[in-house]
Amino acid sequence: MIPIPEVDLGGILPALVLCVGGLIVMVAGSFIPKRAVAFSAIVSLVAVLVAFAVNSPLRMMNRQAFSGLISLDPYSWFCNVLLLIAAGITVLTSVRYLTDDGQELYEYFALLLFATAGMMFMVSANHILVIFIGLETLSISVYVLAGLMPTSPKSREAGLKYLILGGFSSAIFLYGAAFLYGVAGSLSLPAIAKVLQTGAGGKTALVGMGLLLVGFSFKVAAVPFHMWTPDVYEGAPTPLTGYMSVAVKAAAFAVFVRVFFAALGPLQVDWTQILWVLAVLTMVLGNVAALVQNNIKRMLAYSSIAHAGYLIVGMVAGKEAGTSAMLYYLLAYTFTNLGAFGVVALVGRKGEANVMLDDYRGLAASNPVLALAMSIFLFSLAGIPPTAGFMGKFTIFYAAVKAGYIWLVIIGVLTSAVSVFYYFRVVMKMYMEVPEKTPAALQFGPAMILALGIAAVGVMYIGIFPTTYLDLATESVKTLF
Amino acid sequence: MNGYLPILFIFLVATFIGAAIIVLSTLLSRKNWTPIKLMPYECGMDPIGSARRRFPVRFFVIGMLFIVFDIELIFLFPWATIYDKLMIFGFVEMLIFVLVLLVGLVYVWKKGALEWQ
Repeated sequence: MIPIPEVDLGGILPALVLCVGGLIVMVAGSFIPKRAVAFSAIVSLVAVLVAFAVNSPLRMMNRQAFSGLISLDPYSWFCNVLLLIAAGITVLTSVRYLTDDGQELYEYFALLLFATAGMMFMVSANHILVIFIGLETLSISVYVLAGLMPTSPKSREAGLKYLILGGFSSAIFLYGAAFLYGVAGSLSLPAIAKVLQTGAGGKTALVGMGLLLVGFSFKVAAVPFHMWTPDVYEGAPTPLTGYMSVAVKAAAFAVFVRVFFAALGPLQVDWTQILWVLAVLTMVLGNVAALVQNNIKRMLAYSSIAHAGYLIVGMVAGKEAGTSAMLYYLLAYTFTNLGAFGVVALVGRKGEANVMLDDYRGLAASNPVLALAMSIFLFSLAGIPPTAGFMGKFTIFYAAVKAGYIWLVIIGVLTSAVSVFYYFRVVMKMYMEVPEKTPAALQFGPAMILALGIAAVGVMYIGIFPTTYLDLATESVKTLF
Repeated sequence: MNGYLPILFIFLVATFIGAAIIVLSTLLSRKNWTPIKLMPYECGMDPIGSARRRFPVRFFVIGMLFIVFDIELIFLFPWATIYDKLMIFGFVEMLIFVLVLLVGLVYVWKKGALEWQ
């Protein structure tokens, strides 16, 4: 008899639900001649909601499944919730965009669901190979999604660029994993930690750690591995750009944290120094480069690089305070950035014709509610109270001060002051300036209104009542240490 | 040195078989040359002409499908050898795997990837 490992589908059920949803979209979409996008969007939303429901038991679990390959713990639960929120809002913001030019690109939703499922495997993985499989499932789906728009050469360029650089970073990641395997004789995270604790490995372990760090830095777009970000974010379909800047980043950071604290914890002294430098570079370059952008998608791309810098500050701060602050920050960032990109998709109109900063002139006069929502998102990105972005930055910087990184926090606060300029420039354009000629009226769909409403309410709610969510984040990271 | 004797043997046998095939086919075959048959083999394309010519890359879709089903076989063979030990568990697992592949096939079929115009 062959020993069959215990199969615990309950733990990976959320990801499985998304996979099944994706398969349904793929088959049904090709048999429905009309309204395939609307149908696929509904199926995707149902899949996300069901996954949300079956995800909740994970919060109470703290065990491993599939012979230690997957860990079911509150950390996985929190990250899954984050990814599902991102996927749900992205589905809502994408509907209009995909039907605009008369093409029924229903595959978008299947790929979106597969990407989310890959991320969920990634964040709950307890073994570097499972992480890699999740990473590839996610990356391959997103490469295709970025290049999906058939009529846009920019989209194709974005897809190809992302494919090549993403492939490189995956290879570097695997190379690092190979070094760690050489040291520990296993790729399971606890096993690596156990070997490193004895002080074995020496230089080889450091090389492996460094290569993994480069791989992750590519995925989270940390300077100096950020080159692909502005071009890919600019070329990809706008709702997808929001998804990439939120969900892909959140999943990459979640795994980054799990691998570096759970497996490479004994090397913390070494990698903290590197991350310190990375955080400073990322915050400075992201914010300064965003100052000179005229295209709002590029501006938000550099802003998302800067936000990766703030998140790395959380990793430098380390332990429970830093990582729980990161989770809260990611939650705040999810609502904020998806909302902002939703507005960009809406104002961009058909074929992304209006994505320059000047296209926002006079928006407050023609669409006051939309301008208010955009202002809330931009305030939150800049970190102005009482939005969620403020609480996120506050908790991260507080954790860093507590851990003794005063200079890092000073640089962080200074760069974040710089960022206020470019966020407020958009607000100024919306409220103070008048457009040269009146642009065509915006076409709101019910899905877009719902998405922007959820995002705006989310930003305000978790900003004004942060305690519950901060406690949840703190509770979630407990099992990591 | 003794251990390498079989390798030498294989080398000799392989040389003999290769030579025999070429010699025999030259001696025994009927020769009916046409210009197309005499062309150097270039994967079905005209070997003489501009190298920058455009050509349809339909073949890549078939190539990708081939890889997908090739990988299915890689899974199926080991599974089949221990099928009696895996029992119903193995059966269901493989059924799910094949079903997922089938969805992919239905999708590309509907998209017209199998039509070679």
